[in-house]
Amino acid sequence: MGGVFVHDLHTITPLGALVPRVDQLNGIIIREVSDRALASLALRWGKEAEGRNAAERFLGLELPAPGGHAASDSFSASWIGPNQWLIGADITGHELMPYRLRDALAGRASVTEQTDGWCRFDLEGTFCLQVFERLCRIDIARMAVGSAERTLLDHLNCLVICLEQGRRYAVMGPRSTAEALHYALLTAAGSVN
Amino acid sequence: MTQKLRLDGGRLDRTKALNFTFDGQAFQGYEGDTLASALMANGVRLIGRSFKYHRPRGVFTSGSEEPNALVELRSDARQEPNTRATVAELFDGLDARSQNRGPSLRWDPLAINDLFSNFLTAGFYYKTFMWPKSFWEKLYEPAIRRAAGLGSLSMQDDPDEYDKGFLHCDLLVIGAGPAGLMAAQIAGRAGARVIVADEDFLMGGRLNAERQEVGGMAGHDWAASVVSELHSMDNVRVMPRTSIIGAYDHGTYGAVERVQDHIHTPVSGKPRQILWRIYSKRAVLCAGATERPIAFPNNDRPGISLAASLRAYANRWATAPASRVAVFTNNDDGHRTAADLMARGVDVAAVVDVRQKAAKLSDARLIAGAQVIGTKGRQGLKSIRVRHSDGRLETISCGALGVSGGWNPNVHMTCHQNGRPVWDEDIAAFVPGADLPPGMSVAGAAKGLFTTTDALRNGAEEASAILSDLGFASGGATELPQADDAAYEHEPIYHVTHGKGRAWLDLQNDVTVKDVKLAHQENFRSVEHLKRYTTLGMATDQGKTSNVGALAVMAELTGKSIPETGTTVFRPPYTPVTVGAFGGRSVGAHYRPIRKTPSHKWAEENGAPLVRAGNWLRARWFPKSGETHWRESVDREVMHVRSKVGICDVSTLGKIDVQGADAAAFLNKVYANGFAKLAVGKVRYGLMLREEGILYDDGTAARLGEDHFVITTTTANAALVLRNMEFARQCLWPDMDVQLISTTEAWAQFAVAGPKSRELLQRVVDEKFDITNETFPFMACGELSVCDGLRARLFRISFSGELAYEIAVPARYGAAMWRRMLELGKDLDVIPYGVEALDVMRIEKGHPTGRELDGTTTALNMGMERMVSRKKDSIGSVLDQREGMIRTDGLRLVGLKPVNTSETFTAGTNLVNDGAEIVINNDQGRVTSACFSPSLGHCIGLALLKNGDARMGEVVRVVSPAQNTDVKVEVTTTHFFDPDGGRLRA
Repeated sequence: MGGVFVHDLHTITPLGALVPRVDQLNGIIIREVSDRALASLALRWGKEAEGRNAAERFLGLELPAPGGHAASDSFSASWIGPNQWLIGADITGHELMPYRLRDALAGRASVTEQTDGWCRFDLEGTFCLQVFERLCRIDIARMAVGSAERTLLDHLNCLVICLEQGRRYAVMGPRSTAEALHYALLTAAGSVN
Repeated sequence: MTQKLRLDGGRLDRTKALNFTFDGQAFQGYEGDTLASALMANGVRLIGRSFKYHRPRGVFTSGSEEPNALVELRSDARQEPNTRATVAELFDGLDARSQNRGPSLRWDPLAINDLFSNFLTAGFYYKTFMWPKSFWEKLYEPAIRRAAGLGSLSMQDDPDEYDKGFLHCDLLVIGAGPAGLMAAQIAGRAGARVIVADEDFLMGGRLNAERQEVGGMAGHDWAASVVSELHSMDNVRVMPRTSIIGAYDHGTYGAVERVQDHIHTPVSGKPRQILWRIYSKRAVLCAGATERPIAFPNNDRPGISLAASLRAYANRWATAPASRVAVFTNNDDGHRTAADLMARGVDVAAVVDVRQKAAKLSDARLIAGAQVIGTKGRQGLKSIRVRHSDGRLETISCGALGVSGGWNPNVHMTCHQNGRPVWDEDIAAFVPGADLPPGMSVAGAAKGLFTTTDALRNGAEEASAILSDLGFASGGATELPQADDAAYEHEPIYHVTHGKGRAWLDLQNDVTVKDVKLAHQENFRSVEHLKRYTTLGMATDQGKTSNVGALAVMAELTGKSIPETGTTVFRPPYTPVTVGAFGGRSVGAHYRPIRKTPSHKWAEENGAPLVRAGNWLRARWFPKSGETHWRESVDREVMHVRSKVGICDVSTLGKIDVQGADAAAFLNKVYANGFAKLAVGKVRYGLMLREEGILYDDGTAARLGEDHFVITTTTANAALVLRNMEFARQCLWPDMDVQLISTTEAWAQFAVAGPKSRELLQRVVDEKFDITNETFPFMACGELSVCDGLRARLFRISFSGELAYEIAVPARYGAAMWRRMLELGKDLDVIPYGVEALDVMRIEKGHPTGRELDGTTTALNMGMERMVSRKKDSIGSVLDQREGMIRTDGLRLVGLKPVNTSETFTAGTNLVNDGAEIVINNDQGRVTSACFSPSLGHCIGLALLKNGDARMGEVVRVVSPAQNTDVKVEVTTTHFFDPDGGRLRA
């Protein structure tokens, strides 16, 4: 994997535009987030403790328990399966984070680039709870900062992360379904009150 | 028309007059009215016609149990049939119409059915319309459906929006009568998360319909004060206009909130209704009770209602049912109706009580020990015929009759998990049994506790017990408010035995006492047979007012008790739910979430027709100007790829990243063919079998490192394959060091195919990577970079049969990469090609897809039996050796080409031998894929043919009686084009 890019291919966001979309309605702001480098980190069988320690050293955070989400200055980690986390970093300067992580944990964890596996929308506003009531079965009112839950949302397998209880949440879904997910979020936001 | 029967008082806002129409006639009501109460206030008794006999019918109840007053609301696309007028909240501009009637409600030609009632008894259809058999579908059924029916649909799309939602609570309180409000108040004060839901728009249940006091104030004021307190609590969600429709597993309840049903034109973007799924730790059912009628001859006339409903209309909705009313009862509650009506100035002609020793509980004339044995008034009650205890007959003129046969607890929801109610002799009614849905308690009248004091006390008790179980500290002793505590005195009677004429049990489905007798006579005596033979309880009201009466009649006939006779099973929904609510937002273009490929925008801009593949939208072909038929575009694309180069977006194929020290051993178990020895930098085609040996997916596995593979799946099976592999990893072989994750979305992947494909890729792939045939041969793979540094993966695999590659880049760069390849390949005449050309080329090569791997076929059927390794154990490799699976004369995949090459055939057709008759016994197999091959200049096909591999060169026929196809074809190899594979290795 080349370390320095000189290619001139431009990127598009999951919604197909050059810049992320922002919508505001009904007191809710919905922001498309496309500036996160992502990687799946799965501990190798029989090397769980070793892999976990190395990963935590690299990331500077404690890998969260099931249903959990943790963040350090540079990285975030959301639990997505037994001994498996979705690691995030700001893409600026970290686009190759998955490969650096892979190299750092070689033989102790399997790391797979997931940057473009997902689309992400951050919801912010006072009616967030009502919006999520129309979207998924998560007990959103009880969801605290530090939680990340997998859920079905508009028929899609999504990950919801609580960024600020009652006010700010991230929804991650399959990249190819970004438009469908965005539509579901918009209609739910427009539907409340 | 003025509101001539409107009384003083009531829970109406008289400052808000509402105009509405019924059958085109203008009326006025007030905010707080239902359509039924407003019509009653305006003196309208005739509301509709009955289901079968087209008998005139009016309002029978004041709630959701209504069997009679079904109407159509609104018009055009919002036309809403079968709405119960008793729960339709009045709004300004409401347009309501009667239904199931002829040109007018008053003059309905189909009322002639009533004259033939002796013929139209239960079981009539089963006995009469059996001959000739062919008439049923085209004549009998349409005619019956026209005559018997309910409301009509507009056949237009519903313009309103519906949401689905999810709620969580510690305690769900179902029903906001005295028991429910008490329970909610206690739980709310204790800090529990409470949802209290009631189907009514005004919470309080019967307290809104009575004159009695609670806690030293009017009952409805007490209810309002509690509701107000509940609204003020952050931990309590108050949900009026919300029907709990079902009790499901693990404390989950379904609920329909009618958010905008009471608004003329729902606000766009806002839901008209919301279907909620409520996850509760506990629930307390406070659904109250439903009064039951007594069946007597001609008891279905407009003006005859349940007695407590008449009381509700008078007290809550301030309307009299008529200027002169009578009551027929077997219990004290009927007397309360008489007293309340008299208190509001209504003339009560008599209270007819079946009890010989009935006490006089109102100022109305009491006729004790008597029965109502008949009525008169074709389109509205004019008089009742009373049989005194000494046999004397008396006619009493009245415009309305309130009937009370006692009360049935609303046990329905307690039965949704297969619970059975038990008979309580003291109240002569079914009460909830011990086998309640887990987590459910029952309180108040739903439990058979019929006094307000009992309801309040029991609501408090049940809530306290639940709070204790859930670990909530008591919010302090709540003093129970003082309330009515009159004993429930009654004498069971379900139908009268005197008088002439039919006595109705089930008003909505027109089932009479005589029908039940007929069912008994014809030996349909089990309660389930009775229900199906007579259709009793099978209407939209689920027999809420009829079931117990019919059971009692059957019990009398069989000499059994009512509990011995049994009950039918109550199922969700408790009350009817619109299809719109079930559909939610998943309608029209949003029925399923759509997935878009990285090149989607370019394809749209270039006019490509799109097809759904799973949830993906894929370009079918890319038309050029002047092309008028899809075949022109597809043939051009095929020939161009075979002669130059084309690119196709194949990002939709499933991609799974497989890593771990045991990755190779793991794949060796999930693929039927061997993978353990696949070299790094190589790709292999693989088959996956289900446990029982059926082929379910095929794809490739590329080994990027000793412990790293990337496998591809078919587009349709991407999620299924990952799911099965996860199951295998976690459950079958948990000790293997394997990690899996989908990368389908992460990479944009493009097929680059054609003799000039390498030349094109050499312009894209960075110079330091050698992709010549020598270093990057057929079935090679590797990680490299493109366009000066962008990470990429290259696979030399070919679905088209040409020299071909698949190149993958991170999805965000996909669109740019697509455009870049078209730009860099201009001088090579690169073109985009769609899935139709892809399909043609794979048929020409004999590559199977889902058409062939259709869930019934094996590797042997595909001619790939040698790929199922017998040297190792893999999923499906044992059961695919079952006797029936390895028949030598079984289906084999073959190629077909028409003997007369100008003839064509399609997939989905069948095969018969030349000269054989086209009958099922002569079936020789089926055509799975077919297309016009531009490379060969004629139609070709793939087919599963019996013993096909031994029949090369034989002529069979492709036939389809449905399409009138009969084409002679020659059986050939499946490899129509470049059978030696020289092109893909070039």
